[in-house]
Amino acid sequence: MSERARSERKLAWMLCAPAVIAMLLVTAYPIIYAVVLSVQALDLRFPDEGGFVGIDNYVTVLTSPLWWQTVGNTVFITVVSVSIELVLGMIIALIMHRAIFGRGLVRTSVLIPYGIVTVVAAFAWFYAFDPETGFVNALPFVAEDMAWFGDRFSALSVIIAAEVWKTTPFMALLLLAGLTTIDEGLYEAAKMDGANAVQRFFRITLPLMKPAILVALLFRTLDAFRVFDSIFVMTAGSQGTESVSILGYNQLISRLNLGLGSAVSVLIFVLVLLIALAFVKGFGTSVPGREEEE
Amino acid sequence: MAGIQFDGVTKRYPDGTEAVKKMDLSVEDGEFMILVGPSGCGKSTALRMIAGLEDISDGELRIGENAVNDLAPKDRDIAMVFQNYALYPHMTVRDNMGFALKLAKVDKAEIDKKVEAAAETLDLTQHLDRKPANLSGGQRQRVAMGRAIVRDPAAFLMDEPLSNLDAKLRVQMRTEVSRLQQSLGTTTVYVTHDQTEAMTLGDRVAVMRGGALQQVATPKELYADPVNLFVAGFIGSPAMNFFSAEAENGKVRLPMGEVDLPQDLSGASGKLIAGIRPEDFEDADLVGEHRGSGFEFEAPIEQLESMGSEIYAYFKHEGEAASSDELSELAADIGGGDLPSDAHGRAVARLDPASEVRQGEKARLWLDPARIHLFDPESGHSLRTREKEPA
Repeated sequence: MSERARSERKLAWMLCAPAVIAMLLVTAYPIIYAVVLSVQALDLRFPDEGGFVGIDNYVTVLTSPLWWQTVGNTVFITVVSVSIELVLGMIIALIMHRAIFGRGLVRTSVLIPYGIVTVVAAFAWFYAFDPETGFVNALPFVAEDMAWFGDRFSALSVIIAAEVWKTTPFMALLLLAGLTTIDEGLYEAAKMDGANAVQRFFRITLPLMKPAILVALLFRTLDAFRVFDSIFVMTAGSQGTESVSILGYNQLISRLNLGLGSAVSVLIFVLVLLIALAFVKGFGTSVPGREEEE
Repeated sequence: MAGIQFDGVTKRYPDGTEAVKKMDLSVEDGEFMILVGPSGCGKSTALRMIAGLEDISDGELRIGENAVNDLAPKDRDIAMVFQNYALYPHMTVRDNMGFALKLAKVDKAEIDKKVEAAAETLDLTQHLDRKPANLSGGQRQRVAMGRAIVRDPAAFLMDEPLSNLDAKLRVQMRTEVSRLQQSLGTTTVYVTHDQTEAMTLGDRVAVMRGGALQQVATPKELYADPVNLFVAGFIGSPAMNFFSAEAENGKVRLPMGEVDLPQDLSGASGKLIAGIRPEDFEDADLVGEHRGSGFEFEAPIEQLESMGSEIYAYFKHEGEAASSDELSELAADIGGGDLPSDAHGRAVARLDPASEVRQGEKARLWLDPARIHLFDPESGHSLRTREKEPA
């Protein structure tokens, strides 16, 4: 390697160093420390009974029905809310894309829910559905004494509704970005080829938006999988509505069992990593027009 | 197959601007019609109205016997080749070409047969399973053509289909397009701003300017007998030379001298603009027996461009520059000052390569008075065709 190339490489390292160090401090260190804690018996209520226990904490978590129930809840919330968001987001994106007048106003107003702090939004939904204070039970076709948070399914429904309401705009915006990259000429060509609006959507728009859809789904799935605020505010995990994040929080903060709590956190980390990997693998084959080298 | 009729067709935008003004044009069944003109002249809009991609504000458009004003593109039985090809990037060449047939629920085996036949004609067979991103510009262009051909439509619409190709490929594809249209015999409307394409491809050429048709004629007629200054200046390369002129008693005074007018123009009088094509000049030494029938003059040669098969000689003349709205618009469109007869009193002659004129020296040039065009400076109309100009 020449002198010049060597010094350039050195400069590159120096320029990257601050960012690398910051990343190590705020991400790598906590992750590693959580892994370290997860292989110890560390319960702050019994501080003297510490020590290395190997994978005992993981065995405890993975053999517990509570863990699997929370995983089930989380997957349910994630799949249902992300699916609804995708459909609604796509409809909103199509409307925003075709809006002829008031384009700026439409885009801004659609974004408002996303700008509201999750906890605040969660409280708003909580009070709306609360039998004492809320207006929902006063609506027609709703039983006046409906206890929304007294039953697992209805509580999960409200939680999902709050999530969907808040994050659909984000989905719509990501999809809109994908939509605007499609050449208008393709639609004209498709019209000439005899495609009606529905055929144009399914045969042109959707395939060409695959990368944008995958990005949007990745972001939203990872986000939804870590759902915490809404559940914490509305049910605090009662009625079997705990998500994995709530479980981890309860272990760490409420029960002060740092070992078990860390094991839960590490498992969440692994699950999120697996989801991300699956999506990233999907990206590789999703770029339109790309095919294997000949 | 079918002809296409424009009957007072107008395109008006909401702000009141008219892109196409009361267009009357009849494209015969099987004809290759070119719409040509500078950018913004309304030629693409006219084409897109045939396609159904633009609404028609006024008038009636017929394809075959049917008025199609209110028909959706898919119900008009026409295929279009776009300037940027508009190939579907996520589909293979085969799927791109077969898309329309697939939507029309044509039997799969039938689609394959038609696509493969078209691919054969267009030399695309070995590329059928590739995606557009992996094709060269010329191949993409052929796929776009193929997509139109497989449908066997009543008419082809082509919107500057060759303008994205490099010069050499463009010439090659021009021949290809012409051959294809002749063998298929399908009515074709072809939009271009390139007058070479217009002249070489079309059965007839429609020259447009500012949304209005200027002249519709065969390439030969258009070249020999332009109806106005705009057409005269637009068609031909290098463009026609324009001189301010004054006619009287069967003679016309040009900057080079006084020339006898041909029989059909002998009645002309007053201030006029004379147009002379570069090839109607010649080196006086090379004219031979015709020398006596023409007009000879001496001019300083400013610049010579030897093209091998011919020589372009730019010479100075003393007259004032011909001026008219149409000419200045033309000059602005071509990029300003590109008309040889610009404000500096320069004109161009196309000489035989055997000519021995030299740059910077005076040369004796000859011109054929029978080929002079005269135009009214106010209206821009040609005096020769004044009687038979289109409504």
